[in-house]
Amino acid sequence: MYNISEVAFYGLSTLAIFSALMVVFSRNPVHSVLYLVVCFFAISGHFLLLNAQFLFVVNIIVYAGAIMVLFLFTIMMLNLNRESEPHKNIILKLAAVVSGCLLLLVLVAALKGAETTTAMPIDAIKDPNIGLVKNLGKELFTRFVLPFEISSILFIAAMVGTVMLGKKKLT
Amino acid sequence: MKEQSLVSDYIPILIQLCVAIGFVVATMLATHLIGPKRKGANKLESFECGIESEGNARLPFSVKYFLTAILFVLFDVEVIFMYPWAVNYKTFLHEMGMQGFFSMVIFLSLFLVGFYYIVRKGALKWE
Repeated sequence: MYNISEVAFYGLSTLAIFSALMVVFSRNPVHSVLYLVVCFFAISGHFLLLNAQFLFVVNIIVYAGAIMVLFLFTIMMLNLNRESEPHKNIILKLAAVVSGCLLLLVLVAALKGAETTTAMPIDAIKDPNIGLVKNLGKELFTRFVLPFEISSILFIAAMVGTVMLGKKKLT
Repeated sequence: MKEQSLVSDYIPILIQLCVAIGFVVATMLATHLIGPKRKGANKLESFECGIESEGNARLPFSVKYFLTAILFVLFDVEVIFMYPWAVNYKTFLHEMGMQGFFSMVIFLSLFLVGFYYIVRKGALKWE
């Protein structure tokens, strides 16, 4: 007898893995992006199972909404006409396989020894309302106020980088 | 498994989701069933009038669309940080005085530095 959260967990995990595989395997890049949207929704569902309700909404707004548009713009900027598509040679494919396997090795090695318990106090996880906007804001603006301020430096760096790369020199 | 919020907590959201999806499905079905079907060569063109379209849509786009979109995403994330702040604003005033207010002022002024940079560089100008 399974309870509903276990059923939801396995369903969402299957959906996430399937759509992530389809992102890689589908030939049409626009289809890849659509599968990526499905994958993001499945991962958002995992946030809901982890009592992170605010992150669930933010993940949908930012990732499934805004980041997807950026991916589509990136695809539009590439020239994807079939006749002009470069044919990858065998050495490049081999290098891709080797580097992918190395990444898998690193991930497995990193996760193998990881503790299953989290660093958070267990009471905080037990509270089902911890991820609501109000409780999250209290934590964010008291205990984690310094990382919050520093994150705006990160935003400035992102803005400067975008403008530097994307803007022609005004001469 | 950990303790979680009950399914009953999500019932209003589920109802809203059902109504939203149901409305979309119902209107699409209704237009397919009720609406007239005309399938001529001209009717199925992407653009019915104007200049005849040539080639496909897979043309490289200008980078300035991308620039505007990525700047939008940055300010979008900034606004998301304001939700947990705004919900707790009164609590912060009672408990910590002006500290909660100034933490957001610092955050936003750092953002304004970035915005000033963007405006001065003319990144939002459409050439």
